Amino acid sequence: MLKKEGEIRIPSGCAISGIINRSGQCSINGSEIVKSISYMHDRSNGLGGGFAGYGIYPEYADQYAFHVFYDDMSAREETERYLDRTFEMVNLSRIPTRKHPRIKNEPQIWRYFVNPIFTVLQEDQDEIDEKKFIVETVFYINTYIKGAYIFSSGKNMGVFKAVGFPEDVGEFYRLEEYDGYSWTAHGRYPTNTPGWWGGAHPFALLDYSIVHNGEISSYDANRRFIEMFDYKCTLQTDTEVITYIIDYLNRKQGLNFEDIAKIIAAPFWEEIERLPEAEAKRIKLFRNTFASLLITGPFSIILGFDGGLMALNDRLKLRSMVVGEKDNIVYLASEECAIRGICPDIENVWAPQGGEPIIIRVGK
Amino acid sequence: MAINFIHPEFEIIREEKRCIKCRACERQCANEVHSYDQEFDCMESDESKCVDCQRCVSLCPTRALKIRKTDNRYRENANWQQQAMEEIFRQADTGGVLLSSMGTPKDYPNYWDKILINASQVTNPPIDPLREPMETKVFLGKKLNKLEFDENGELLSEIPPQIELEMPIMFSAMSYGSISENAHKSLARAATELGTCYNTGEGGLNQDLYKYGANTIVQVASGRFGVHKDYLNAGAAIEIKMGQGAKPGIGGHLPGRKILEKVSRTRMIPVGVDAISPAPHHDIYSIEDLRQLIFSLKEATNYEKPVIVKIAAVHNVAAIASGIARSGADIIAIDGFRGGTGAAPTRIRDNVGIPIELALAAVDQRLRDEKIRNDVSIVIGGSIRSSADVVKAIALGADAVYIGTAALLALGCHLCRTCHTGKCNWGIATQREDLVKRLNPDIGAKRLANLVSAWNHEIMEMMGGMGINSIEALKGNRLMLRGIGMSAKELEIFGISHAGE
Repeated sequence: MLKKEGEIRIPSGCAISGIINRSGQCSINGSEIVKSISYMHDRSNGLGGGFAGYGIYPEYADQYAFHVFYDDMSAREETERYLDRTFEMVNLSRIPTRKHPRIKNEPQIWRYFVNPIFTVLQEDQDEIDEKKFIVETVFYINTYIKGAYIFSSGKNMGVFKAVGFPEDVGEFYRLEEYDGYSWTAHGRYPTNTPGWWGGAHPFALLDYSIVHNGEISSYDANRRFIEMFDYKCTLQTDTEVITYIIDYLNRKQGLNFEDIAKIIAAPFWEEIERLPEAEAKRIKLFRNTFASLLITGPFSIILGFDGGLMALNDRLKLRSMVVGEKDNIVYLASEECAIRGICPDIENVWAPQGGEPIIIRVGK
Repeated sequence: MAINFIHPEFEIIREEKRCIKCRACERQCANEVHSYDQEFDCMESDESKCVDCQRCVSLCPTRALKIRKTDNRYRENANWQQQAMEEIFRQADTGGVLLSSMGTPKDYPNYWDKILINASQVTNPPIDPLREPMETKVFLGKKLNKLEFDENGELLSEIPPQIELEMPIMFSAMSYGSISENAHKSLARAATELGTCYNTGEGGLNQDLYKYGANTIVQVASGRFGVHKDYLNAGAAIEIKMGQGAKPGIGGHLPGRKILEKVSRTRMIPVGVDAISPAPHHDIYSIEDLRQLIFSLKEATNYEKPVIVKIAAVHNVAAIASGIARSGADIIAIDGFRGGTGAAPTRIRDNVGIPIELALAAVDQRLRDEKIRNDVSIVIGGSIRSSADVVKAIALGADAVYIGTAALLALGCHLCRTCHTGKCNWGIATQREDLVKRLNPDIGAKRLANLVSAWNHEIMEMMGGMGINSIEALKGNRLMLRGIGMSAKELEIFGISHAGE
């Protein structure tokens, strides 16, 4: 019998794409990113596609937006009962979709805009860590409520994913009805057929979302390290563990994305030796402290976060990735065709080096 | 005279046509097996003294010699095998405890041989170490759990005391006294050339070897032989020896005849007096006592050296390791029951302790479950026989390995397992000057460096095959391992899947 994602580790190849408006204006329509990823059709095999949009919920910008897959009614009832205890629900609805000939077996897909409620005691004692609370809620529901899976949990951002080719998934979710300041997309080419929607990408936690192309050889070293810090790698995917690593380094360790890139795609020792002394000392300390968070094997990732995108390749550049610019818009993709297809007069197209992070922050 | 019940174990086969009677075998054999019969102009052998060390075989210029196991057998008995019977005869003769050297030769399961390594195909490219950088540098010691920055984003944190190694292989503890000065010199020079460390063992540090301090781990054992302030500060790290895989729960005993002038000076004990290391440290009867010794040593070295605590792999090793990790140790060294020794009671060597593979898997997982894996490094030893064993150990969760027996083999040891007699024909486990000088420390160092750098190349090849280009991404990466012919319980302890899964 075929095992579901999470019961077995499934390697996959992929296509990724990202667009961001540096000015921060929510000028990019969802159809743009759908078109971009469609040019890389052959890099997916119809077993997973998805998108993440930032700035797409201006009317609920201060609420956490939970996107949830339910297998059945009882999972939904149990989840809503659980959420009801600790969250104020500002809005809840099914996520609008359209019938699509090539998207089948859809679960119930719901969206909740919520505010966490803290007890008076917690507020008095000033011990509220809101993000930690959200992460714990997500882990609880995904682990303990059978048939429920929260796949998006950030503010003013959302993930849309399904089993299918990415362009079909985009049409299914009616992404042309959303405008954002940045988007990422993923087309999946898994080497097994789990057919589970939760296994599609992007993978997201809080406002971090990751699309990833590659198969990391360091997976179990990374997983067994990060699980010491209260993360549970239930999906056994690279994307999941990379997301947790970034959450750990950024949110818990307080490191910026430039430093995170130097940890997960660390320079080689021989490069470090050639650096100026202070910089060498800094990177040596990073590599030393977070040795088990070095990611090896091929990867190209686009990390979405509140206010920006980061693109990063493994340090040997074993996966393709190109960047292009036109006016205020920056394009990132596995292949140049995905950029030229939507921006024929693109300027400054280049391939970042292995381990060289491309970080774009809006308003900067 | 009493009847000797035991027939000699070996036969010396001398091809008379080849023998030129040069008498090299006679000169080479400290056991006095060979002799020349003037009257009949021929070489003779007393095979009852032969230990099958292969020295004469290796040095015979005409290859006229070979040693063969005798085919003289007692009556077949599956229960009472020949060795069991002979051990009874021996004890009935002497009334003594049986002694043995080196690791147990018994046929216990070897789990390294039941573990297979992964490689990349299609979805992920293998990496060629001859074309791409391939990193095997490791740091041993406590890792920081949180980095501190000042308001300008400048790092305030410093790397805690650690050992930096170019490759995850060190030479394990063998004391000066149990092995010769030239063996120690070989190890020290090789460690320096390789960018790794050797370990003094419990016999102190010979004055001539202080210059190799940066590549030396100095040991403090229950006898405290040769321990003083300069000694503690001479090395890259200090190791507290609580136990040894070949003889858990047992101390050590270096006979007085091995305590000659130089050994006596190094150990700080009189010439000719037995050096007895007690079974426990008499200031450590519990875990809180260990903490005091760790911090005494750190005080004595200004908190600049990492402290290793070495234990034997015993049944509750995971809980013991957890206690050590919480006691201020920076590195835990675990020695498996197949590990070598210069002398141990046979019954202990062959029956006490557990295989290092299981101990490592249990300790690494326990420290992770308790979220303290970052507080210590794990070094394991006890029969690492090849680079593949090293790769498997690191993928199970070790930071580095100790090799002892493999290093001695590189120096010429043929595992005759009679170190305790002090008549090592290879100049390794002896203090007899004529024998010691047979081991040239420059050649010895070269052979050790050859061995370890060959292993390191092989490690890089295997890492590259897995698509891993730095050793830290291999550490604890159990997904790269599969079991073959293991029970479900064994797989569970190792935390790996069976081949085919």
